[in-house]
Amino acid sequence: MSGAASRTAAVRVRNLVVGFGAPGTDPVLNGVSFEVAPGECLALVGESGSGKSVTARSLLGLAGENSWVRTDELSLAGTDVRNLTAAQWRHRRGSDVGLVLQDALVSLDPLRPVGREIGDSLRLHTRLGAAARHARVLEVLDRVGLPDSDNAVRKRSGELSGGQRQRALIAAAIALDPPLLIADEPTTALDVTVQAQILDLLASLKRAGTGILLISHDLAVVGRIADRIAVLHDGRIVEQGPANEVLTRPGHPVTRQMLAAIPVDKPRGLRLSPRTAAPVSLAPPASDRAAAPGPVLETTVLEATGLVKRFTRPDGTPHLAVDGVSFRLKRGTTLGIVGESGSGKTTTARLALALTRPDAGEVRVLGQAFSAATEKERRRLRPHLGAVYQDALSSFDPRLSVEQVLRDAVAGGARRTGRGGASVADRARVLSLLDAVGLAQGLLGRRPLSLSGGQRQRVSIARALASDPQILICDEPVSSLDVTVQAQVLDLLDELQRDRGLSLLFISHDLGVIQHVSDQVAVMLEGRIVETGAAAQVFAAPQHPYTQALLGAVPRIGY
Amino acid sequence: MAEVGRGSRVARVVLSRLGGAAFVLWMVATLTFFAVRLIPGDPAEAILGGPGSQTSPEALAAVRAEYGLDQPVFVQYLAQLGRLVTGDLGRSYALNQDVAPLLAGQLGGTLLLAVLALSLAWLLALGLATWSTRGGRVAWYVGSGLEIVAAALPHFWLATALIVLFSVWLGWLPPISSAGAAGLVLPVLTLAVPLAGFLGQIMRESLLTALESPFVLSARARGESERGVRWVHVIRHASLPAISLSGWAFGSLLSGAVVVETIFARPGLGRTLLNAVTVRDVPVVVGAVLIVAVGYILMTLLTDLAQRIVDPRLRAR
Amino acid sequence: MSDLEIQAGLGRSPHAGTGGSTRPARPARRFGLAEVLAGLFALFLVTAALFPALVAPGDPLGIDPLSAFQTPSPAHWFGTDESGRDIYTRVSHGTGSSLLIGTLATLIGLGLGLVLGTLAGMLGPVVDFTVNRFLEVLFAFPGLLLALLFILIFGPGVATATVAVGLATAPGYARIIRGQLLSVRSSAFVEAATVLGRSPGQILVRHILPNTLAPLFVLGTLGIGQAIVWASALSYLGLGAAPPAAEWGAMLSAGRTYIGSAWWMSFFPGLFIVLTAVAATALGRGIERRMRHS
Repeated sequence: MSGAASRTAAVRVRNLVVGFGAPGTDPVLNGVSFEVAPGECLALVGESGSGKSVTARSLLGLAGENSWVRTDELSLAGTDVRNLTAAQWRHRRGSDVGLVLQDALVSLDPLRPVGREIGDSLRLHTRLGAAARHARVLEVLDRVGLPDSDNAVRKRSGELSGGQRQRALIAAAIALDPPLLIADEPTTALDVTVQAQILDLLASLKRAGTGILLISHDLAVVGRIADRIAVLHDGRIVEQGPANEVLTRPGHPVTRQMLAAIPVDKPRGLRLSPRTAAPVSLAPPASDRAAAPGPVLETTVLEATGLVKRFTRPDGTPHLAVDGVSFRLKRGTTLGIVGESGSGKTTTARLALALTRPDAGEVRVLGQAFSAATEKERRRLRPHLGAVYQDALSSFDPRLSVEQVLRDAVAGGARRTGRGGASVADRARVLSLLDAVGLAQGLLGRRPLSLSGGQRQRVSIARALASDPQILICDEPVSSLDVTVQAQVLDLLDELQRDRGLSLLFISHDLGVIQHVSDQVAVMLEGRIVETGAAAQVFAAPQHPYTQALLGAVPRIGY
Repeated sequence: MAEVGRGSRVARVVLSRLGGAAFVLWMVATLTFFAVRLIPGDPAEAILGGPGSQTSPEALAAVRAEYGLDQPVFVQYLAQLGRLVTGDLGRSYALNQDVAPLLAGQLGGTLLLAVLALSLAWLLALGLATWSTRGGRVAWYVGSGLEIVAAALPHFWLATALIVLFSVWLGWLPPISSAGAAGLVLPVLTLAVPLAGFLGQIMRESLLTALESPFVLSARARGESERGVRWVHVIRHASLPAISLSGWAFGSLLSGAVVVETIFARPGLGRTLLNAVTVRDVPVVVGAVLIVAVGYILMTLLTDLAQRIVDPRLRAR
Repeated sequence: MSDLEIQAGLGRSPHAGTGGSTRPARPARRFGLAEVLAGLFALFLVTAALFPALVAPGDPLGIDPLSAFQTPSPAHWFGTDESGRDIYTRVSHGTGSSLLIGTLATLIGLGLGLVLGTLAGMLGPVVDFTVNRFLEVLFAFPGLLLALLFILIFGPGVATATVAVGLATAPGYARIIRGQLLSVRSSAFVEAATVLGRSPGQILVRHILPNTLAPLFVLGTLGIGQAIVWASALSYLGLGAAPPAAEWGAMLSAGRTYIGSAWWMSFFPGLFIVLTAVAATALGRGIERRMRHS
C-alpha cells in the first residue's frame, strides 16, 4: 500500500453539496472542496452549525437519514467512492478511513471491553484468528501510547481515564492503518494537559504517513499540528491555506473574528468581539456604585478561609473534593480560579454560594458570616451575590418564559401578583436588564429552551444582575459556547464589571479565558490551591510545576 | 487486594439484596395477616360455613381452639410467622385441606404459563421494536400504534376474541385449555400480547437512543454492518430497561393468570385464588398472595442479576 | 416501575427534547391524527355518559325475547343479547358507570399516591426510607392482587371494586410523584432560586409544586384508561358490577356463556374498553408532548 498509494491523496473531494430533506433544497454544505495528502494534516475549522461534522460523516458515506449528497469528486485513497453500494462502503470504512469522535466515554461502546472495540475492525476486514487479532490489538495500543500494562484491553471505556480512553478510541480507528484519519473534535472534552498529549499523538501518526482531517471549533488547538487550515462558515469554505498564513494573515472576516475571539494572551479589558455584535448599552452606569471603578479600593467583598468539603464515592471511600481552600475577592476585581476536571473548582463555587455546607472553614460576604449563618440570615445577604452557571438552560424553570424568569428575579421575592404600579416598575427593570445584556425585547415571550446558547447565558447574566449584586460568581460561564459567542459573553461581563463595579469570582478550566479575565488568579489541583497571586505575575513566572505544565499545554497561535 | 475487595463487595451486595427480599416478604406476611383480621364477622363461623349456618357454641369453641383463634392476636401472629417459616400455610376453610400442598399442586401450571408468556412477550416486543426502528417513518407510526393498542388490550377481552377466532370460527385450537401443548397457545398469547405492548414501547425508546449514540457512529465508521450494529452493540443497551421491568412484568403475569385461567378453565394458582376470594377462603387467599409475592421478589432478584451481567458498569456499585 | 410510568415516559429530564434526533418530528403538527380521533371518541364517551339518550334513544334494560341473539344489523348495530336487549344501547348507557368507576378509581389512586409520594419526597430521608420500604412491600402485590385482597376483606360490589382499583394503582402513582418531587427539588433551577434569596415557601409554590403537579394531569389521563380496564376485569370476574347492569365488564361477563354462538355480546363491550384505554393513552401523550414543547 506504500509506493503508489503514497502519491495519491488520502481523500479528495470537489464541490461537495449535502442537504437534509427534499433533494436539492436547503443544502447545509454548499460546494466544499479539499484534499488531504498522506502525512499531511488539514484542519477544518468552524463554529457549531457550520457543517463540519456533516463533512466528516459525508466522507464516510454516513451523512445520515434523509440526507442527499452531490459531489463532482469524492475519492478515498485514489478510489472513486461516489457510487458505492452499502456493502462496498462497509468495506472501505475502517480500512481506507478511520473516524475519531469527541467523547470516547460514549464513542466506544460503554458495555464492551475496549480490546473488543479495537479488534472489531480486524474482525470485519481481515481473516485473522482470535489470537492474531489480540496480538495486533496490543500492538496498536502500544502505538497510541497505551501499553497494556493494566490490562487495558479488558477494561471498558468508563474504567479508563479521559486520556486513556481517547487513545483507545484512536487505536480503534487506526487498527487497520487507514491512509486517512478523520478526527472530529478529538480533544474538546479533554483537560488541557491531556489535550496536548493527544495532539502530540496525532502529530506522530501524521509523521508516520497517515493523512489527518482534523475537525475543530478552535483555531488555537489546530494550530499545533495542522499543515493547512480550511475555515468553514455556513456550509462553505471561506478560506483555505497554509496554517501559518491563515493564523497570522487571515484573509476573511470570519477567520479574523474567530482569531480575535481567542482570549489567550489578550490583555485584560481588550475586546474580543466586534462592537456591533451587541447593541451599545444606552443605560447610564449605575451612578451610585460606579464612582470608583477598577481595583482601587482594597475592600474584601468575598472571603473564604480554610474550606474543606468531603464526599463519599459510590464505592464508599471518602474523597476530599476541597481541601483547605482560602481566597479573598477584592471589590471591583476578578479572581480567576482555574483547574482541570476533578480539581474541586465547582465545589468551591457551590461553597461560595452556600449551596453546600463546608466541613471546615468559612465563607464571609461583605465582612459578614455567610456559610456559618442560617439560610434565613443568609437571605439578607443573597441579593449582593449573583450567580452564572455553565448549564444556563437547566438553571431556568422549564415552565417559565424569559420575561417570567426575569420578573421573578426583579420582584426580589415579593409577591406582586396584581397589575399595580410595582408591576410597571418591574417591567421597566426587566427591559433595562435585557438591554444591559444586549438582548432584544422580542425574546421576552420565549422559553429559554428555544434560545441559542449565547442568548441563554445572557438571560442568565441578566437574572444574576436583577438584585444589583456586588459580587458575581461565574462557574464555567462560557465553557459550552462557540469561541465567538464566548468572546461576546466575556466582553459583556467585562463591560458590566466596569459599568457597575462588580467583583467577579470566575471559575474555568480554560487557562486562556482565566488569563484574559482575571486580576488575581488561583490554580487548583486535587482540591487545593497550589498557586495564587496577581494574574500578570502568575502567568509571566509560574512557580508551581503544575502551573508551568498547564501554561505549557495551552494552545497558542504562533507557538 | 483488589480481588479480596471485589469479593467482599459482591458478598455485601448479595447479602443486602437477600436481606431486603426477606424484609419485604416478612412485611407482606405481616400486612396480609393484619389485613384479613379486618374481615367483619367471626372467623370460626366462616370456617363452619358462614354466619347463616346454625352452629353450636361447642363447635365454635372447638374450631377456635383448633385454629388458635382463642389466643391473643400477637400470639396468633407469631404462630403464623412460625408456621410460614416452616412452609405451613394453614388449612383451607372451604376445602378442608392443607393449603401448602393444595397450592403447590397448582403452581406448576401457572409458572409455565407465566414463563412462556414472558418469553413470548420479549420476542414479540423485540421484533416489533426492531422492525419499527428500521423501516422509516411509516413503520415507526405503525409500530408505536400497535404497541399502544396491544398494551390497552384487557386479558379477558383478548382471550374472548382469540377463542372466537381460533376455536369457534377456525376450529384450530381448543377453547378450554387441555393438557397438551395446543391448549397452552391461546392462554400464553393472551398474557403475552399486552405485555409485549408495554415492553415494546420501552424497547423502541431505548433502541432509538442507542442507535443515535456516538458509539454506533464509531462502529459504522469501522465498517460494521447494520446487522452487526444491532446485534453487537445496540441490543444490549436496548434490552437493559426492559430487563429491569421484567420483575414487574412477571408479577403482573402471575396476577393476570387469575383472569386467563378462569376463562380457559385451566387449573392453576390464579383460578384457585379467584375461587377462594369468592367463597372467602382466607387461608387459601393469603397463601396464594404470599406465593405470588415470593415469585415477584425472586424475579426481581433475577432481573437485578441479569442487569449486572448485561451491564458491567452496575457491578462496581 | 409500573405500566403508568412506562406510558408516561417518565425519567427524562424536564428539558428533554433539545438534542438533535432522528425520530420523527412529533411536535411539528399541532394535532396528530391519533389525537384528533381520540378526542372525537372521548367526546362521544362524555356525551354518552352525561346524556345517554342522545346517542342511544332505546331502553338499555328493555327486554324483547322475540329478537334475542340477533347478529349486528342496521336495526341493531352491535346485535342483541339473550333477552333481546340492544347491545349498542346497553354499551352507550354503560359508558356513564364505566367512566365514573374509572375516574373515581383514578382519583383515589392519585390521591393516595399524592399523600405517600409527598410524604416521601418532602419530609426528609427517614420518612422517605420508610415510605419507600412500604411501597416496595405494596409492589410485591402485583397487578390485581392488592385489589383481590381488598375485595376479600370488604366483599364484592361496585363500590369496593372501585376503591380496590384505586388502591392497587396508588403505589405506582406514589413512586412517580416521589421521583418527580425529588428530581425537581434537586434541580438546578431550584438551586438558582435559592441563590436569588427565595425562601423555601416561595420556592415550593413557584417552582416545586407546579413542576410536580403538572405531570399528574398526564398521569391521570393515562390512568383512567387503565383503571377502566382493571375495574371491568373485576366485574368480569364477578367481583364488581353484576349483570344485568349495563357496565362494560359485566356485559362481557354475561356474554361469556354465549361465546360460541353470539360473539358480538362480548366483542362490542370489550371493544369500547379497548378504545377508551387507547384514547386515554393517545390523549395523555398528546397533553404531555404539548406541556414539554410549549
